[in-house]
This record gives sequence, C-alpha cells and structure tokens, in this order.
Amino acid sequence: MIEASHSDIAEQASSSATHAHHVHRDDFGAKIGMWLFLFTELLLFGGLFIIYMAYRQQYSDAFHLAARELNTSIGTINTIILLTSSLTMALSIAALQRYKITLSLYMLSATILLAFGFMVNKYFEWTAKFSHGIFPGSEELTAKSSGEIIFFGLYYTMTGLHGLHVLIGIIILTFMFVFIKRNSITPTNYIKLENSGLYWHLVDLIWIFLFPLFYLIH
Amino acid sequence: MSQEQHTAHKHQVGYGTYVLIWMVLLSLTITTVAVSGINLGDFILFTALLIALVKSILVVNVFMHIKFDEPIFKVFISVAILTLLAVFILISFDIFFR
Repeated sequence: MIEASHSDIAEQASSSATHAHHVHRDDFGAKIGMWLFLFTELLLFGGLFIIYMAYRQQYSDAFHLAARELNTSIGTINTIILLTSSLTMALSIAALQRYKITLSLYMLSATILLAFGFMVNKYFEWTAKFSHGIFPGSEELTAKSSGEIIFFGLYYTMTGLHGLHVLIGIIILTFMFVFIKRNSITPTNYIKLENSGLYWHLVDLIWIFLFPLFYLIH
Repeated sequence: MSQEQHTAHKHQVGYGTYVLIWMVLLSLTITTVAVSGINLGDFILFTALLIALVKSILVVNVFMHIKFDEPIFKVFISVAILTLLAVFILISFDIFFR
C-alpha cells in the first residue's frame, strides 16, 4: 500500500519533472490560467479596437490628416525593439531549459533593457507631441476637428494602455530575474518564467496591430 | 532534440528557430512600412492588417509555443478569437451599413 502510493507520487513527480521534492505542482493548470487572463486582455484591447474601427469609418479623412503628426520612424524603431525583446524572452526560456542559467539571465536582462528602450522612445515621442501642444484637453488640440480630437484621444488611450503594460512587464520580468537568481525558477520548474513570457509576447502582439493602425496611415 | 514529446515542458524549440522567426518578423515589419508609402488606395488598410495577422500567427505559434503545446490550447484560443471576431463582424454591420 505504501509502496503503491509512493510509486504514484514518484510517477506524478517525474511527469511534472520535479525530482527533489514532492510539492504539488500543476504547470498545465497554471498555463491555462495565464491564457484565460490573456483572453481578458484580448477583450480589453479588442473593445478599444472596435471603437477605433467605428470612428475611423466615421472620420476617415480626419484620421489620415491627424496620423501625419505621428512619427513613423519612432513607431518603426519601437516595433523592432519589441520584436527583438520577444526573441530574447523566448531565448531566455530556451536557455534555462538547457540548464544555461547565465545565458538565460543575460537574455532576460536584454528583454528588460529593450523594454526600457521602448519606454524611452515613447517618452521622447510623447514629449515632442506635448511640446507641439498636442495632448488631451490642450487648446491646440481642442481647436482641431472632432475626428482629429478622437484620433489623438484613441492614440493616447491605446498606446498609453499598451505602455502601461510594458511598464508592468518590466516589473514582472525583474521579479523573474530575482526568482532565477534565488533558484525559485529552475531548469525543471520554470512555469513562472514561461507565463511571464506569454504575457510579454501578448504585449508584443498588441503592438503589432497598434503600429500599422496609428503610424502607417498616410 | 526529442521530436515526439508532447508534454508542455518537454518540447524544446531550438535557438535557431526563434532567430529565424525573428528575422521573418523584422522583414515583415520593413515590408509593411515600405508598402504604406505606396498608394494602394483601399488596399493599404487590408495589406497592413494582413501583414499584422501573419506576424501575430508567427508570434502565437512559435514564441508563445502554441504549435508545440497540447491541442486544447488551440481550441481555447480559437474560441476566444472567434468570439472577438463575432463581436467585430456584428458591430461592423451596424457601422458600415447604417
């Protein structure tokens, strides 16, 4: 009886790849939970994209006019930064799986640095807009047509909410760095890093759609 | 590397695959920027969204591992995306055919 239950535990442990201790772990469940959260994010941004679609239909010309104010180069650079950070995130997990902890930490640091780079660009981009008097409620902006006001409203809301996600991502990834350092994330137990990676890729995914819809309409 | 291990944690994707996908994503980004300068009329939005769609399929499948995970994740994602798509389509009827 004891033998049987022991082998059960051993089987469970080996199937979830833990060897050292018999703590209950459900990586599959953790991943499903993460995806459910990502779906709520999808709906959050999805709703904003619906508003964008409706107003772009109504104020097509004003949207094209207003979009000329946006800096395509900064948008493109930020796209490249985010795509590269997604690569380093994926590489960080791949390295950890291969027991290359130092490489994993380097890749994770690169991801965090790239995320900072994105925010620095965003800072310069928004500061330039502010200095041109384009910010929510400014005299310059409220003098424009309703379509342009809505365009900039959506621009600040959607890229702002996305930027907030990048900031939260920086915090989460920094925690993951510490967890790897403290052996709370290991080559056999890295679901936390994997789920953080999923979040980070979602942030990248949202930007993949924000970029053409705001920066590439001429 | 193992080919037939399908548990969430066993399948390892090579570094090379990730780098390759990253290069494809970068070229698609450059393409979408280059194409936006050409006057394609109504096709501008269509092309931009098509490229964004291809990019997101690559990110979800490779970076987010969905291609290698249990099939149930594909079901979940399909349901979520179809729900969002249904909302988009129903609302667009109201917007475009008013």
